[in-house]
Formats: sequence, C-alpha cells, structure tokens
Amino acid sequence: MDQTVTTATLTVRGLTKRFGGLTAVKNLSFDLHPGEILGLIGPNGSGKSTAMKSVMGIERPTAGEVLFEGENVAGLPAHKIARKGFGMVFQHSRPLNRQTVLENIMVALLPDSLFMLFPDKALTERAKWIAERVGLGAVMDRRPPTLPFADLRRLELAKAIARDPKVVLVDEPFAGLTSAEVGTFSALIRSFRDEGRAVMLVDHNVKSVAALVDRVLAMYLGEEITTGRAEDVMKNETVRRVYLGGAIETHARPETSFKDKVPLLQVENVSVHYGKAQALENVSIHVHEGEFVSVVGLNGAGKTTLFNTISGFLPYTGEILRGGQPLRGTGPAKIARSGLVQCPESRELFGEMTVRENLDLGGQHLDDAARAKQLAWLFELFPILKERQGQMAQTLSGGEQQMLAIGRALMMQPQILVLDEPTLGLAPVILELLSKALEKLRQTTKITVLLGEQNVTFALPHADRVYVLEHARIVWEGDPGRFAAEAGKDFL
Amino acid sequence: MASFFSSRLFFISLVCVVIAATLPFYVSGYILGLLTVAFYFGVFAMAWDLLFGFAGEVNFGPTFLIGTGAYTAGILNNQFGWSVYLCILLGALASVVAGFVLALPALRVRGPYFGLTTLVAVLMLQNFVVVFADLTGGEIGLTIPDVITINAGANYWIALGFMTVSAAILYGLSQSPVGLVLQASGQDPVQAGALGFNIVKHKLAAFIVSAFFSGLSGALLVFYFGTASVGTVVDVAVGVNVIVSAVLGGRRTVLGAALGAIFLIVAGEFLRPTGELATFIVSAVALLVVLFFPGGFLGAALSREARS
Repeated sequence: MDQTVTTATLTVRGLTKRFGGLTAVKNLSFDLHPGEILGLIGPNGSGKSTAMKSVMGIERPTAGEVLFEGENVAGLPAHKIARKGFGMVFQHSRPLNRQTVLENIMVALLPDSLFMLFPDKALTERAKWIAERVGLGAVMDRRPPTLPFADLRRLELAKAIARDPKVVLVDEPFAGLTSAEVGTFSALIRSFRDEGRAVMLVDHNVKSVAALVDRVLAMYLGEEITTGRAEDVMKNETVRRVYLGGAIETHARPETSFKDKVPLLQVENVSVHYGKAQALENVSIHVHEGEFVSVVGLNGAGKTTLFNTISGFLPYTGEILRGGQPLRGTGPAKIARSGLVQCPESRELFGEMTVRENLDLGGQHLDDAARAKQLAWLFELFPILKERQGQMAQTLSGGEQQMLAIGRALMMQPQILVLDEPTLGLAPVILELLSKALEKLRQTTKITVLLGEQNVTFALPHADRVYVLEHARIVWEGDPGRFAAEAGKDFL
Repeated sequence: MASFFSSRLFFISLVCVVIAATLPFYVSGYILGLLTVAFYFGVFAMAWDLLFGFAGEVNFGPTFLIGTGAYTAGILNNQFGWSVYLCILLGALASVVAGFVLALPALRVRGPYFGLTTLVAVLMLQNFVVVFADLTGGEIGLTIPDVITINAGANYWIALGFMTVSAAILYGLSQSPVGLVLQASGQDPVQAGALGFNIVKHKLAAFIVSAFFSGLSGALLVFYFGTASVGTVVDVAVGVNVIVSAVLGGRRTVLGAALGAIFLIVAGEFLRPTGELATFIVSAVALLVVLFFPGGFLGAALSREARS
C-alpha cells in the first residue's frame, strides 16, 4: 500500500514531555497509517514508553499535537482518548482474579456509565468472540490465577482490542514470551494490521520486532534518530553508534592475573521466577577480587533481577557464594553492610534530603574521621558533588543524581560495588564523566565492580571480562575485545 | 448474576437470615439488643468494604460518614421534633452530601493522602460536636426524644431487615457491571483509564453509595440507642472497629464485612467478664487473622473456590 496516499489515522507533531527539568520526549513527530505497524525503538530511558503514554493520555504532553483523524486529542485524559478509538496493550497485567477470563474481557466492553447494573447479553457474545479470536477460547471460564503467562498476555490483547479501536498501542509485545509464543503473538498483531488498524509497538531493539513492523522510528534521549524500514534503520550509523558504540578500546586484564583461588563472588545455577515468568534461568557468573566484570544485556534480559538476587532481595534456587561462603539466609541489610553494595538502576536517592545528607547516610557506620576522609576522597572523584552539598537530591540533574547514587554507595566502603545501569537516560557528555570516574576507581582502588549495562560502549572499556545476558540466560562470556565480533550483532 | 441465586454463597446466606429471623422467639432481649447493634455495624463495615475492597481507597474515616448521618438525624429530631423517618432519611442525605464534599477533592490526590484526608475529617467532626455543645449535646451526648419502637424484637427485626436489604444491594452492586469497573479502577487505575473508564467518576459514585448506607445506618442506630454520642458514632476508635470488622471478614467480599462486624461485637460482649482484657483478646484475634489469613473469613473461602 502506498502510504503517502492514505490519510494517517494518527498524526503526531512536535510532541514534547518534560518531567521537571528532564525532557523525556523532545519534539517528536510521526504519522501512523491505517493497516500499518510502526515500531518505536530505543534503548532504555530513550523516552519511547513516555511517548506512547503521552499519545494515550496517560501522561499529559507538555507540548505538541496528537491528531486522531484530524482532531487534536493531546491533553485529554486517557479515558476520553480511549473512547475515541484507542486501545493499549500493557506489559504488566493485573486482571480481576475473582472473575473469569470472559468477565475480564467483558469489563473492557462496558460503557463508562454508572447505571449499567445488569450485564448485556450482546456483550457476552462479543466477549466470547474476542476470546476465541486471541486464542483464549478454551479457557474462557477459568480465572486468571490459573492461567499460564502467555494466556495472561493474550487477555491483555483481548482487552485492548475489545472495543474495536482504530489505533492499537502495544508496550513490549514479546516481553517474557518463549520463541514459539512470539510467533503466535506476531501473527495476532499482524491480523490487527490486516483489519486496517494502525498499530504502534514499543520495544528496545530493532531486531526483535524487525519481522513484524512496516516502519521503525529509532529514538535516543527523547529524540528521533531516524525513521525507515527495519533493515535500513539497522544500517544507520547513528543507530549503530547508540547501540554498539564506535570503535571501543578495551583494557582487559587477563583472568589469570587475579590471584584469589576461590572467586570473591560466585553465582551458581541461579534461577528466579516472578510468579509464572522466569526471570533468571540457571545463571552462573563469578567475579574475582579486584576484577571489573560487566554484565551486558537488553532491558528485560534479567540484569536487575540478577543483582537484586545477589543483594538478597529475591528468593532463588541455586547457590550464591561470597568468598566461598553461601549467602543464602543473609538479609539484604546485612549483605550491604558487609561490603556488597548495590547502586540500583532506579538510584533510590532520598530526594528531599541534601546531597551531603545522602552521602552521610551511606557513611553512617564510619567514625567521624574515617567518614571525613572517605568524603574527601569522594569529592575528588566527583567534584560536582562537593559544590552541590547543600542542595536537595531531587533538584539535581540526572547525571548528578547518578553520581550521588554511586557516591552514596562508595561511602559504604564497598568491597564489591554492584552498578545497575548507571547510564540510564543520561546524555553522552555525562557518560564520559562517569566513565572517567569508573576508570579511576579501577586504577586506584581495590574495589571489585560488577556492572550491568545495555550500553555496550560504556560497559566494555573498563571491563576485564564480559557476560551477555539474554532472555534470563547467560549466552556469552569472554574478553571485551572479542565482544563486537562474537556477540555484538544481537544488540541492534 | 443469575448464577448467584444458584450459588452456595446465596444458599448459605439465605439459611443464615432465616435462622436469624427466628431468634426473637427463643433468645433473651439482651442478646437481641447485642445483635441489633451488631447488624448496624455490619452495614458500616459493608459500606466501608465497597470503598476499600472495590474502589481500592482506604477510608480511615468511616465515622465521618456515620457520625454525620447520626448527628444530623438526631439534631433534627431533637431541635424540630420532625418525624423519625424523615430525620433518618435526611441524615442519610446529609451523609451523602458530606461524603461528596469530602471525596471530590480527596479523590484527586494520590496515594496515602486520600486516607489522611478522611482521617482529618473525623477529627474535625469530633471537634465540631464538642465545640457546638448547645446543638449537639457535646461530650455528654445528644438526647433523642423519639424512638422507632421500644420493642426489642421489633428493633431486632428492623436491624436484620435493614442489614439484609443493604447487603443485597451492596453485594449486587459489587457484582454488577459497574462493580466490575470499580474493581478494575481500584486494582489498576492506569489500565482502567486506558480502557475508557473515568476513574474519578466511578470512585466518587462508590463513595456516595458508601456514604448513603453509612449515614442511614448511623441514623437508625441513634434512634435505637435514643442518644448520640461521640464515643458511639464518631470516635476514631469506632472507625477502627469498622475497619477491623471489614478486614476480618474478608476484603472484597461485602458479605464478609457483616460477618466480621457481628463477630467483633458479639465476641467483645461475651468476653466482657474478662474486663479490660476483652478488647485485648478481640484485637489479638483480629491481628492474627490479618497476619495469617489476610483474605479474612470469607476471602479465604472465596479465593480457594477461585483457584479450583
């Protein structure tokens, strides 16, 4: 179909969304035509989900137009936008557990009225038809807690298309699905397109949705990089740089140079489940004392789960050993206090406390002299934090917040520092600062670092060894120098 | 809905109500009096569960609604001598108006602030009652000249009938399409919005229904007592009892809330010989249920059914 001739169902012009000082989506424009699947692609923190939520009205756009069949719906609440002909498939579902699958679908069909006291027979018929359509026909009368994960995702699809929307928005269509299920879901989403609906997907990388989408819009730091067919976008220089980085210089020290006989940290055959979804499957990694190890993987691969498991937050099967001693049964607070400190992806700063108070909390177990010394060392590492001492943490820029989060972790004088995606949503210039600080840590201290990243450019230069985590499993381990040749292609 | 009339729950409820209706023929006036109060409390707890269990909003101030209904009815009767039934109706309406005025701004704030707003409302009402003692009777309590009847059996039947009808309406509402939308709004407001439901509207409606039954029950209760006082219909401790009843009986069950209330009041009375210890024992039982059976009496039974 020649898309220049058909009028677009959805026209987005200059869409901008700011959260305080952070611009999550910057001047985004695109068209979405009937019978088309558009993929909105970008690494974690690039603003793609915010863009989708702004279109749906879940977030109120700061500026810009969202034209649906010529009418500007930007700024309307989600329920009004939904009634105009939008359906959204959520990644995480919280169905009504005491109602059957059929009743759950029926809810999506109900009018927004306070006087609908008796169910309409016609709605039941329509709900049955939708259930059949998405492949829930056999389990209509079951209740959600008894369903496998894939069926719960089907239920989300069913709810989103229940009222026959013209625009279908899908948030990470394949998260948590097996490859066989991915095939079925692709076919379902394709069938929405074939019915003339305009479909927009949000996902992290081009590869996973390349077979499904007609066009791809690649985003980074809230802005469009390029738009086009999947294979062209994958060839685009900027896209390649965002995902893979340019030429990467690595400085790996060989594993044999670390003298400890038993690695400082060993994770052996660890599996973790969230309800029915498997988040880690037989993951084994080890880290030597003083080593810098990067765990590289896309969003949703299981990096954060791995780190939270190590930090003692999640139940698991398998074994985690620290210096040869099992960690099982030790609580998160004790693990952190003993020197295995995590700097979480979400930073978890105390927003209404000052920079100094945040740091002092990290160094709370130290005596005054030791704390002053540690603080002086830290201010040398991150000079900006010294300037910002008296400022409330929530008023810092994203980059400064990340430095503070790392700084607070360092105040605990960690033996092992676990850094979970420190680059999330940060501009390149900040990444460089962070990168230098990490290199300094590696050169001048004995701190062992376990870094989780989807930004390969950031993760490789300092790493002595690299693990690749994909779909809850470790799929590659090796020297960072060999990464681009052996594992790089999966990161587009 | 049709399936409900053939369900086990309906059958059990029906048997319970029929048995309860025969009690005045063979139990003492003392027990009848106890159960009368328990039934009114049951309505408080059911109305509260509509908000907590379905709309997902924790109303820490059920007694704001109850007290407004109770005192409005009492004061109108005391001041103007209007008919009991008119006063009760106006009490319920006053509660609806007060609930609306409170909920409209409170529902727009997120997270724990809704609960805090409702808690503050109770303290304000309590203060109002104490300060305007000429009108409200202050800390001594308000004397209400009229009663519906002095016959213990009749009072019991009125309370039982009222609770049964309220239960039928509230339960029916919770299982109806609007109840499902309300439940979806409580469980996942973002998704409910994206499905095209105006969440504030649905929660506000739930608050109004809850206010109506709370106020109505509060008004009926003061005409049974013949007096209204802060300690019986406004105090935060009364509200806590309502909340404990509902949680004890089972969140999101409506009917369980009534069971919880009856249990709480009857158990408290039977333990009276233990003196001050009675409150402690009842609270301990409540705590154990909340800790180990968070679904409550009826919740545990229903979710077992859901899984099978």
